[in-house]
Amino acid sequence: MRRLVLGLDDRLGIAPILQKALRKAFPDNWSFMFGEVALYCFLVLVATGVYLGFFFDASTAPATYRGSDVALHATPMSAAYASVVRLSLDTRAGLLLRQIHHWAALVFIAAIALHMSRVFFTGAFRRPRELNWIVGMTLLVLAMAAGFTGYSLPDDLLSGTGLRIAYSVLLSVPVVGGYLAFLFFGGIFPTAAAIGRLLFAHVFILPALIAGAVAIHLAIVWRQKHTQFRGPGRTEQNVVGSPLWPNYAMKSIGLGLAVAATLAGLGAFFQINPIWLYGPYRAYDVSAPAQPDWYIGWLEGALRLGPSWSIDVANHTIPAPFFAGILLPAAFFGLLYLWPFLERRATRDGEPHQLLDRPSDAPVRTGIGAAVLAFAVVLTLAGSDDVQAGILSIPVQSMVTGYRWLLVVLPIVAGLSAYRIACELRARRSISQPDARVEIVRTEAGGFDERPESIPGGRR
Amino acid sequence: MMTRSFAIALTFACSVLGSALFAAAYAANWGPHLEGLGLFVSLAGLAAGTIGWALGAIAQEQVVDRRDDYPSDPAARAAAQAALERGIDELDRHGFLLKCLFGAFGALGLAALFPLRSLGPNFGTGLYKTKWRKGARLVLEDGTPVRVSDLAVGSMMTVFPDGYVGDASSQTVLLRLPPGTIQASEDRRTWTPHGYAAFSKVCTHAGCPVGLYLASKHELLCPCHQSVFDVVAQAKPISGPAARPLPQLPLEIADDGYLQAQSDYTEPIGPGFWQRS
Repeated sequence: MRRLVLGLDDRLGIAPILQKALRKAFPDNWSFMFGEVALYCFLVLVATGVYLGFFFDASTAPATYRGSDVALHATPMSAAYASVVRLSLDTRAGLLLRQIHHWAALVFIAAIALHMSRVFFTGAFRRPRELNWIVGMTLLVLAMAAGFTGYSLPDDLLSGTGLRIAYSVLLSVPVVGGYLAFLFFGGIFPTAAAIGRLLFAHVFILPALIAGAVAIHLAIVWRQKHTQFRGPGRTEQNVVGSPLWPNYAMKSIGLGLAVAATLAGLGAFFQINPIWLYGPYRAYDVSAPAQPDWYIGWLEGALRLGPSWSIDVANHTIPAPFFAGILLPAAFFGLLYLWPFLERRATRDGEPHQLLDRPSDAPVRTGIGAAVLAFAVVLTLAGSDDVQAGILSIPVQSMVTGYRWLLVVLPIVAGLSAYRIACELRARRSISQPDARVEIVRTEAGGFDERPESIPGGRR
Repeated sequence: MMTRSFAIALTFACSVLGSALFAAAYAANWGPHLEGLGLFVSLAGLAAGTIGWALGAIAQEQVVDRRDDYPSDPAARAAAQAALERGIDELDRHGFLLKCLFGAFGALGLAALFPLRSLGPNFGTGLYKTKWRKGARLVLEDGTPVRVSDLAVGSMMTVFPDGYVGDASSQTVLLRLPPGTIQASEDRRTWTPHGYAAFSKVCTHAGCPVGLYLASKHELLCPCHQSVFDVVAQAKPISGPAARPLPQLPLEIADDGYLQAQSDYTEPIGPGFWQRS
């Protein structure tokens, strides 16, 4: 090890950088782990995905399946579907790794959403980190795209139906929709080109973009150093935490292994996306109920709750899916992308912030965040309203009416409640614990002096 | 301390057993559960050992980094700015050339967009027409033509034009409705011989097959977003996000008793698009 370092330093002169890096401070807070969980999910996705790639046949040509699931022997299917069934049922460890891959994708996007919520509610996106908020938002969009393209690859009935809806949503864009849909799919749905294009996007374009964005994200974090919560000895001018080597490195490796173990456990014991039960995609077949992966649920819900408008303007049509499937997500992501700048304008606070807010420090932001989350949750729930209607024995039309009301009412209630609670917490805290804490020291002359509280166990 | 390192060593030993189980399960084809259990134990053992070591057996310490990496000090900023401006001034001496350079890059960028066109075919008539023609027989998924006596009142089938079984745009639901229930407009009086009515199976909302038929209420339901169409009233949407009725296929009965189409659909089928009307 020593010889390696010396050898590298002979050639690259890395000693000062290395010394600084190994002693870099990483603040310890449980809420900082979501981003790491997402990163480790991505590594699991790459590792399992590389294996799956060797078995997938991205072809819609007719194929016959002669494997262990006898029920499928007589079913006409595409080569893509047959290859995934063979991988799942007739290849050792194939199903396990496919299920781990699918679970990792679900947890990946969940971890990104939690990480984003943490960053939002603690104000970590404020100057100087607006840039990294934008990189992070882009990662969320790329991760969702990667998830959806992967989900669509097996050419099963469920994902094919989802692809059909995606095509129709693209088609709905005013003026250019038809061209967009044709350029993406290579013609009128269903096309022979789609699966090959999805595979290329899923295994090359999107992972390359994600890897690039992750590299930028981490480089910015490294350069800017972490934010930290207020605490003894923590100021806007410093960052207090475990040293990278060995403390933080060991913890983080442990977390990565724990993530991998959890995903392995999920893949082993919790069935996910059993495509051999769904059957191959056929344009005139459909399964009911049809539910997408969780992160697409809010879009599915938006399409279900969306208004039944088909607007004719000057001999042209703006169809209904445009409003719920394009405008609404565009507004949602647009708001999130612009949030740091909107907040800066509203609060007239352009100062750099290295110390984090508690959610109760910024009641308005917390209220708006709670309202947006409530909005997304209602849409997601509405995405399975037919299943709930069946369980509750309520007509699905009543569910739709109910969810439309809830979509308006719940964000207002959640937002106002969060705002009130945050105000209350802030008011109580300002009475009981003043922000600045000091140490009182006895001076040599016998008097008392104040100095900022020192860090327990800290070295300067 | 001895017991703590012993415990950590034990977790690593568990991990080795897990790896062995994974390898054995693979080799002996014990199936995904045991393979998965092996992998899980292997990774969980590693995780537990590493975390235990990190939290319990490494001396905890706190370090403090100062934040003085940015912004740079004013002198360095001024120097960088000067270097930047010097280059700009230098290029600006030939401002015309600079404009030419940008123009040439722009032209290349625009030209590079052209090959994208090859990703999709021409818009053509594909979105406006289906394979239905005058005299096209209605056939089932297996290719059998449908005779006027084939469907009981209240039942539903999926049909295609003869020779195009499975064609996504031409998929059609064929229904037989009770006598006297059909409320046809003047121009559609002849479209529903013997109570047979045929509608495009492609939902006008987002294109899913409208596959669920509630015969008692004469309703077709789309399972994707729960749009409901009233089939006795020319399939007009009565709830859900669909805004337009399902296009209706004009039917007739051939002399030999088989059902056939009078023509193609009289409007584009499926979800809406800008150039639709």
